[in-house]
Amino acid sequence: MNKYILKLYIVGRTANGERAMANLRRICEEELKGQYQMQVVDVLEHPQLAEDERILATPTLIKELPPPLRRVVGDLSDTEKVLLGLDMVPAAARKGDHA
Amino acid sequence: MSNTGTSKRAGVNKLPTHIHGFDIITAGGLPEGRTTLVAGTAGSAKTVFAAQFLAEGIRQGQNGVFVTLEESPDDIRRNMTTLGWEVDQWEQEGKWIFVDAAPQPGEEYIVTGGYDLGALLVRIEHAVNKVGARRVAMDSTGAIFTQFDDSSLVRRELFRINSALKQMGLTAVMTAERTAEYGEIARFGVEEFVADNVVILRNVLEGEKRRRTMEVLKLRGTNHQKGEYPFTVMPGEGIIVIPLSGIELKQHSSSVRVSSGNEVLDTMCGGGFFRDSIILVSGATGCGKTLMTSEFIAGGATHGERCLLLAFEESREQLFRNAAGWGRDFEHLEEQGTLKVISAYPETAGLEDHLIAIKAAIQEFRPNRVAVDSLSALERVSTTRGFREFVIALTSFIKHQEIVGLYTATTEDLMGGGSVTEAHISTITDSIILLRYVEMFGEMRRGLTILKMRGSMHDKDIREFSIDSSGMHIGKTFRNVTGILAGRPHHESPMEVERLMQMFKD
Repeated sequence: MNKYILKLYIVGRTANGERAMANLRRICEEELKGQYQMQVVDVLEHPQLAEDERILATPTLIKELPPPLRRVVGDLSDTEKVLLGLDMVPAAARKGDHA
Repeated sequence: MSNTGTSKRAGVNKLPTHIHGFDIITAGGLPEGRTTLVAGTAGSAKTVFAAQFLAEGIRQGQNGVFVTLEESPDDIRRNMTTLGWEVDQWEQEGKWIFVDAAPQPGEEYIVTGGYDLGALLVRIEHAVNKVGARRVAMDSTGAIFTQFDDSSLVRRELFRINSALKQMGLTAVMTAERTAEYGEIARFGVEEFVADNVVILRNVLEGEKRRRTMEVLKLRGTNHQKGEYPFTVMPGEGIIVIPLSGIELKQHSSSVRVSSGNEVLDTMCGGGFFRDSIILVSGATGCGKTLMTSEFIAGGATHGERCLLLAFEESREQLFRNAAGWGRDFEHLEEQGTLKVISAYPETAGLEDHLIAIKAAIQEFRPNRVAVDSLSALERVSTTRGFREFVIALTSFIKHQEIVGLYTATTEDLMGGGSVTEAHISTITDSIILLRYVEMFGEMRRGLTILKMRGSMHDKDIREFSIDSSGMHIGKTFRNVTGILAGRPHHESPMEVERLMQMFKD
């Protein structure tokens, strides 16, 4: 099932953008295995999408589902903040609960 | 179309903004293909300036992009409607486009690492291409600093946006906040990256009154007028700058004379007032200023001249009644179409607004003579400096029309004395007529003298005058009285007068 819908907005091939994609993939694999759908939007190719979403900073990650909608800015290298920003509880903590 | 490409070597080309008066103080407009920083405190009309820059552009066939960093596009659309700009219609016609970068309520960014504002730049470029824009307005840069904590990054990114706009050959206006009317140019050091051209808007509290001024601080590589210029924001018009020194003082003075409305006074003036001169009539209350105004107006109107009377002290009815009491039929003259009376309370508007209304009235009615009764009433609602600027602007405007203008000023003291009004404007006016009370043997009598009359011989006597149901009657000179103008009449014996006269013979 696709529980999480995540959209990552980047502008072309920049270091920040590349890092953000790699970090996002890693976090999703670790935390949301099989429960997410991830889409990368290059603003250079789709400026209107950026306009509609009123994106200013890039990279910006938007969690469209589940509600509430959340926005996270930056290359996503601070995993703790990413999880906090997306209202997610780290997998390690969840395991800790069960133990 | 654009000649940006060709003029780069030749210097900075200017793009006329078509904001009223602004092109005069900038000596032609804003530098084309560059960004100008417009800085001001809260409420200094920055957003209006930014929007008007686009609106006037659209009227010239130059489309525009409005990058809003603070207010929502909806708020801007609504606010601009009152200024007469139908933003939503222009949007539908593809002439105006918003880039909405305003913060959303309740939305906050969590920063998880390195970022830049690349998306904003792409969106601006996209919008520019979409409408084929020539002008861009960004309002206001301060808001983006509060959205993102890293101000050095925001500064760097704004610099990048600025360079991109330049590369696209766009003429842009960026607004920025100031914390004080006189101090650093803008918050967050915004001026560091748009340092070439800076315009400052002020909204100064001066003597319990708000006064707007605009100053062109610099336009690199080009000239402009220095100093602060008053401006106002008018419904349906937007910003109107009042350029004072911008009005060239090259009115060629004519030698054509017109009647003052009083035969004796005409003779005293050497044949009447000059057609394009400004006359100041000064006197204490009840001394005959309004009478002189009425005679001046009636004298013109009965000879078929168009006369405009701007009354700030008395109501229309009062004026008409007064005039009738002196044998002048204003009602009849108005029916004929030679007279127009505008009566307003000075307190209803600021001086800038009064000035614009007066100018509009003059342009519409196209009078041959104008009277303002009284300037002192207008002085009440303004600061000293604002008043002086108002008088200068009004005077130059009237002179430009090559019409004769008569102002009245009220002196504070009943006897003699000068007035503040006089002190401020006496150098600007061409002629000054003083009306004074003269106390003689327990009786108040009235005296009149022509203090100056530029470019003409005139009677230097202090003459007595009386008022009755047919108007003003100027009589003989006050002999054997001295000190009238000083307010301390002193009677000399006829012998002493004789002796003094002898002294000045030869």
